[in-house]
Amino acid sequence: MRDSRRTRVVLALLLLTAFTLITLDYRSRGGGFFGSIRRTASSVFGPVERVAADVVRPVRHAVQAVGDIGSNHKKVTDLQKEVATLQQQLKLQPFDTARENELEQLLHVSAVGQYKLLYAQVIAVSARNGFEWTATIDAGSSDGLKENMTVLNGDGLVGRLKIVGSTTSTVLLAIDPEFNVGVRLPNNAMGVVSGHGRSAMSLEMLDPTARVKSGDGLVTQGSLDQTPFVWGVPVGSVLSATNPLAGDVQTGEVKPYVDFSTLDLVGIVVEPPRVDPREALLAPPLPTVTVTTTATATATATVTASPLASFTPTFSFSSTPTAKPSKSSSPTPTAKASSKPSVTPSATPTPTAKPTATPTGSPTGAPTASASHG
Amino acid sequence: MAEIPRAALIVVLVLLACVVDAVLFDPLSLPGSPPNLLVLVVAAIALVLGPVGGAVTGFLAGLAADILPPADHLIGRYALVFCLAGYLVGLVHDEAQDSVVLSLVAVGAAAAVATLLYGALGGLLSDGRVDAHTILSSLPFSIFYDVLLAPFVVPWVMSLTRRAEPQVTRK
Repeated sequence: MRDSRRTRVVLALLLLTAFTLITLDYRSRGGGFFGSIRRTASSVFGPVERVAADVVRPVRHAVQAVGDIGSNHKKVTDLQKEVATLQQQLKLQPFDTARENELEQLLHVSAVGQYKLLYAQVIAVSARNGFEWTATIDAGSSDGLKENMTVLNGDGLVGRLKIVGSTTSTVLLAIDPEFNVGVRLPNNAMGVVSGHGRSAMSLEMLDPTARVKSGDGLVTQGSLDQTPFVWGVPVGSVLSATNPLAGDVQTGEVKPYVDFSTLDLVGIVVEPPRVDPREALLAPPLPTVTVTTTATATATATVTASPLASFTPTFSFSSTPTAKPSKSSSPTPTAKASSKPSVTPSATPTPTAKPTATPTGSPTGAPTASASHG
Repeated sequence: MAEIPRAALIVVLVLLACVVDAVLFDPLSLPGSPPNLLVLVVAAIALVLGPVGGAVTGFLAGLAADILPPADHLIGRYALVFCLAGYLVGLVHDEAQDSVVLSLVAVGAAAAVATLLYGALGGLLSDGRVDAHTILSSLPFSIFYDVLLAPFVVPWVMSLTRRAEPQVTRK
């Protein structure tokens, strides 16, 4: 009776149903009835995953921490030093705020790299058999998110929003093989970078005469209407490049700035910068851009990240605060606040900083407030 | 325990496996491909219920994996894959009743079938994410991790399924 006629009929029916579903979904790619199923599933199931993520986060971090036991001790010492420095600076803050605002207006620096960000925590990641690279974050349409917004973190481009539920959304990570982004090189040459899972990303130049060399940094070119990609987000650095014959398009491999194995806190660009920041965010050696003595951070986002949060804040928060305190009731490091981070590459006389994010991995003991553009 | 209807138990186990996969195993970024708890649950249930129960459970589990966030592929793809995997494991359920080795082999085979078939289906659907290299490089890892996890998951799921109130699915 193991493999009776009835068994085969049931199996055939189920397989046929699956094929039908695949066909229907293929035809209505991304939209229609199946799109709404995905969004509903995201809305209904997202909160469950969110709670589960909070429960298992210690386990996850413990396992990940085993890999870097050695470096953690040093990190703690560095952080303690940094906290002490920042606390010191905090006391001076009120005196500096007024003057700093004046200076800022004078310098007109605020136009550079001003992304308006909404912070969210990664709660689930899909790496199904290494084919699909997506992540769930704990913010959705109720936080003002829309599909095809750019997602970044302190190191660079993370991906773009693919499916937006009411309180959670799915991010297509930059290393997903379906991910392509237009990039620009320091010499203004343009190319396209695509993800390849665990392997390096690939770069293909658009202009046959354009040439890149290893070490070149890439920033996003910016899409039409800044959707899905805003301009000026660091993507990665060129690892190697081919040496094509004249007239052939050059290709290369790109190492992303973001470490996708430890994604935690990300920023979603809810408002692109008014002016193309060009290479401003690429400037000093990424991924840890330390804007020494220029970190002028006024009251900004209430970002409470644990030291384990791999969010490495990299650029200084400045200008007028539009802080939206964390709405999340979870006790874990959930930071959700919109702020106006901007890079102020010019020297402000008085170094002031408010530790808005717990900065990780900035080994400089100098009074540096490494904040972030995302 | 005997009061729990089997269908409800299966739904709970499948959803639990999906959540654990998404929030724990996948984010760990283990070398190779992540372990797939859902395959283990489907295989364990199929070992108890046989081919029909295995196919139905696999279909439902696959559908869940297709829809729940952060899934981003064609709905029905995992449903098809897990349906076949559940059916195949179910075929040996009589022989595997008192053979631990055969159960482990069945679990490993289910993991292999899931990876290969999912990849092959991607090739058919011209999914840009799938190429032979990715499939072959992730195959040994998915088998290894799943067989490694099996002793902690499979017996437990099997005994729960046995004790739950049998529905009409008994053949």
